[in-house]
Amino acid sequence: MAVLLIAEHNNKELRSFTLNAATAASQIDPEVHAILIGHNSAEAVKKLSELPPIKKVISVEAPYYENYTAENFAPVIIKLAENYSHIVCSANTFGKNLMPRIAAHLDTSQVSDIIKVLSPDTFLRPIYAGNAFATIKSNDTKKCVTIRPTSFDPCDSTGGAAPVEKIESCEEFSKTKFIKREEIKSDRPELGTARIVVSGGRGMQNGDNFKLITEVADKLGAAIGASRAAVDAGYISNDHQVGQTGKVVVPDLYIAIGISGAIQHLAGMKESKVIVAINKDGEAPIFSVADYGLEADLFEAIPQFMEELNKLNTIQK
Amino acid sequence: MKILVAVKRVIDYNVQIRVKEDNSGIVTDNVKMSTNPPDDNAIEEAVKIKESGKATEVVAITVGEEKAQETVRKALAVGADRGIHVKADSILEPLAVSKILQKIVEKEKPDLVFMGKQAIDDDCNQTGQMLSALLNWPQATFASKIEVRDNKLEVTREIDEGLETIEINTPAIVTCDLRLNEPRYASLPNIMKAKKKPIEELMASDLGVDITPRIEQVKVEEPPKRKAGIKVASVAELVQKLKNEAKVI
Repeated sequence: MAVLLIAEHNNKELRSFTLNAATAASQIDPEVHAILIGHNSAEAVKKLSELPPIKKVISVEAPYYENYTAENFAPVIIKLAENYSHIVCSANTFGKNLMPRIAAHLDTSQVSDIIKVLSPDTFLRPIYAGNAFATIKSNDTKKCVTIRPTSFDPCDSTGGAAPVEKIESCEEFSKTKFIKREEIKSDRPELGTARIVVSGGRGMQNGDNFKLITEVADKLGAAIGASRAAVDAGYISNDHQVGQTGKVVVPDLYIAIGISGAIQHLAGMKESKVIVAINKDGEAPIFSVADYGLEADLFEAIPQFMEELNKLNTIQK
Repeated sequence: MKILVAVKRVIDYNVQIRVKEDNSGIVTDNVKMSTNPPDDNAIEEAVKIKESGKATEVVAITVGEEKAQETVRKALAVGADRGIHVKADSILEPLAVSKILQKIVEKEKPDLVFMGKQAIDDDCNQTGQMLSALLNWPQATFASKIEVRDNKLEVTREIDEGLETIEINTPAIVTCDLRLNEPRYASLPNIMKAKKKPIEELMASDLGVDITPRIEQVKVEEPPKRKAGIKVASVAELVQKLKNEAKVI
């Protein structure tokens, strides 16, 4: 039996984590089929069919699939489930919202947020905010698995040519109505996939001071992150939060500025390749995970940091 | 309107957990336990809705061992009217918990079920969605704002791209984000009063649902440790290290 991957998309583009999920799916079983539930989604379907790990694409369209409500998506997957051993998608807010609704219908105990496929039924997943790794074996005949996208490399975006099969839509779930989505548009790299992330915490003191973080991020071509404390205080919007209940990031370079490093924040960034911490409290826990720690007042350090960066002839992008 | 709120007892969020030496799990003996943080937000929201006159009763429920009742007692101290404790000796998977909650919902017939979006121990993020699937109710996950209007709710959800607003008909499930509200502390008089509020006790095994584990925990390990880093003396040294040693900028 094959693996069914649920594609995440905006009807035109695939969301980048679909490529990471495709890699994870192919590690479970090379026979990966992908379903794209959407509205006027031909462009996204074509892109999905070009992913090399995908052997077949299933497309289903209806106006009420435009905004990916779990109540409308789940019945489509459930209808197809008998043909598959595994159902897979990303453990981001899309997959976290959707997959348990499918798993409960199939009477399957879901495996959430895996970081490694050890065998088709055994997986590694972080628990307790990543302070322990659990190896777990699923004994359900059908498995619902969400994958931590940053733990799997994205597959190539071209080179495949999977056939596309169209199927009938399911009935609309009328008790949930989509009203609006406020997406924060930015030219910066996405937080989840950026090579460099510059994050600010409570030490920034107010929203205005976050401009300092923005300047550094612009200079380095980086995404902007934040601790929960900074988001709660209203310095910056929720989509920037890094941590146990926010996003998990694994950039080449993570620069934590004015962040003390609560367990919950470390959960979202401690797998980063190189970590820099700038904090005036030398005892702050963030220094325990930092490769390079600078004990300094950030309001003095950031301008100096910009000055030093400006002296460099080249900066990698 | 009646609101059922599910709460879970977990290791306190401030505790640095330890892995058992035999790799069979996490040390929980003599470790501080608390209510799962976003479950506190769920209770707070339900109590606020009751205080605004839009709900008539708030019922707190937990599923778990003997001591899990502490979390229900705490919910009663911040304003829930009565409690339910479904006793279970072993750790139950979210699927089993949602089946138990389904049984209780069928009996209690609440208009809304609130709970935290995720438990900070297993980090599964499943129970609310599973319960709404079993009941075929609407679900509003990761809620950071809830407006109650007659038999509808308008809910703002925190999603990766920003914020999403949906409207759901009751009965419905809402899973709460940490930013939904600021949970209050229980006052001493209210803690005393809560001791007199009723808690119904049930056995999970009496509810007629299959709660056998489907997932085997093979082993639990410490994550790989990071190599100890260094402190740099100046910004200039930091930039030089990033450029020439780590080669990341």
